[in-house]
Amino acid sequence: MVAYIARRVAYLIPTWIGITLLAFFLVRLAPGDAAHSYFVRVHDRQPNQAELASTRARLGLDRPLPIQYLDWLGGAVRGDLGTSYYSGREVTDELVSRFPATLQLATAATLITLVIAIPLGVVAAIRRNSLLDHLLRVAALLGASVPAFWLALLLIIVFSVELQWLPALGRDGLQHLVLPALALALGEAAVVARLMRSSLLEVLGEDYIMTARAKGVPERRVVIRHALRNSLGAVVTEVGMVFAILLAYSAVIEIIFVWPGIGRLAVEAIGQRDYTMLQGFVVFSGTVFVLVSLVVDLVYLWLDPRVALAQGRGVR
Amino acid sequence: MSVDVSEGRSFQIDPAAPEPRSIVLPARGVLLRRLVADPTALAGLVIVTLAVLVALLAPWIAPHDPARQNVMNRYAPPSAEHWLGTDNLGRDEFSRMVLGARTSVLTTLAIGAGVLTIGIVVGTLSGYVGGILDGLIMRIVDLLLAFPPLLLALVVTGVLGPGLLNLAIAMIGVYWLSYARLVRGLVLAMRERDFVEGARALGLSGRRIATRHILPNVVGPILAVATLRTGQLLLILAALSFLGLGVRPPTPEWGAMLSEGQRYLASAPQLMIYPGIAIAVVALGFNLLGDGLRDVLDPTLR
Repeated sequence: MVAYIARRVAYLIPTWIGITLLAFFLVRLAPGDAAHSYFVRVHDRQPNQAELASTRARLGLDRPLPIQYLDWLGGAVRGDLGTSYYSGREVTDELVSRFPATLQLATAATLITLVIAIPLGVVAAIRRNSLLDHLLRVAALLGASVPAFWLALLLIIVFSVELQWLPALGRDGLQHLVLPALALALGEAAVVARLMRSSLLEVLGEDYIMTARAKGVPERRVVIRHALRNSLGAVVTEVGMVFAILLAYSAVIEIIFVWPGIGRLAVEAIGQRDYTMLQGFVVFSGTVFVLVSLVVDLVYLWLDPRVALAQGRGVR
Repeated sequence: MSVDVSEGRSFQIDPAAPEPRSIVLPARGVLLRRLVADPTALAGLVIVTLAVLVALLAPWIAPHDPARQNVMNRYAPPSAEHWLGTDNLGRDEFSRMVLGARTSVLTTLAIGAGVLTIGIVVGTLSGYVGGILDGLIMRIVDLLLAFPPLLLALVVTGVLGPGLLNLAIAMIGVYWLSYARLVRGLVLAMRERDFVEGARALGLSGRRIATRHILPNVVGPILAVATLRTGQLLLILAALSFLGLGVRPPTPEWGAMLSEGQRYLASAPQLMIYPGIAIAVVALGFNLLGDGLRDVLDPTLR
């Protein structure tokens, strides 16, 4: 198991380097000359040849690409992602100061998802083909079809405009968190509940559950003590995915709710053609996703240690 | 093993799971008959067919020019003249919705076809040829999938510059990845089957085996997944358009219309209700049809 964890952690390094390569070369896809557009933005006029050359030298764009990459990578390893083309601020500072808002939103949404999904899924599994089970099926279909950003707008209309119960814009206290987190969570909750249901049903069909029942263990205890834990593995993997999806989707939700997170920062950077910021955003969020998937794998391992054995035998 | 943050869920690929089984595609008539027999799949089929028809025939269906403004008649309620009323510039909302279908649905289908083609070609190559090529391709795919495709598509479009074409290019560039992995898994499972061994023993060329013997047998599961994915592509296209990365303003597109409607959320909520319903219904149609296809193609999953 230790070997498995060590291998899993070591795997982070090539992945992370891959992410930096992706970030660096992605922004080089941008049409036009970065030095030229930088000059125009700063001085608000067209540069002459000499000015263009000096800008290029100052931004380090006159060096060969691999050198530029290595230089930038050297900074990135130490947490220095350069300065914003637009505001001149440190990219890392900006991302770090905005990240808590996004993290708070995605965490709240994930928690809401779980709080709704796990009990619903369990009840639907136990009371199979009940009204609740059917409603859940419909809800899951809707959850996969209704765009979260539209749901967000509907929530604003109902709870902010009509009922005036909750604020719609900004981030100032917990009541501001409710609507954006709900908008992100509702659709996911239905989908995760379905997964919880099918996963629990599968476990409930296994031999050891039959044994427990035959021994006269009360049904309640069978479900909670025996079946639930073993059915959570699939859900945990899904939760990691949900968290990642919610983080990604928060870009849209943050725009709607004027939530000062990194998703909003990225969309703003696109509008400002702030490529150093975008590059930093890709590295930063890529790092977050890689760490999330690491945590998910470790939790999964803790729930089901057979994974490490299977990996050790090279089943993959 | 990293988390697959592609949108696919029901068909999420778990490395610990056995390779997906192949499903032999039933004869065409049988497939359709079984789909029609399933009420939910039928509903999906009807919605998708209607959406595509409206998209194709939009210029003939729309009663008004969707771009014609009439400041004297803004925010008009629904009437015989304007079925869904008029928008903030007095444009006919129904016509805009119909032409919006053209942009949203046809662009989604084009992107869907693009990712499917690339995914099948790369996945088949990777799975059939194997070796170093397979290792290299899958390394790249895994790496890119460490990143949520939505964010990747957002950044790529942002870098290329906003616009419908760039958005479509970015989405195709990002969403073929998970297809490639799915197709590769299916092809790998097929490669060891007896009839492929047989074809190889007969001395058929690798290309012929791949295209004539393996591909037809993996089309079934891919078809179901592709249908489900198309619904998701529609939602993602709408989300990115909503952020202003898609069409330029006068062109009607559902996501962009939602973003415009957002500004009149309190005074004229209907302007963001209609496009939202349209997106949700068409996505639902693809999801129902995809679920139905999966059930029909693999009855043991029920």
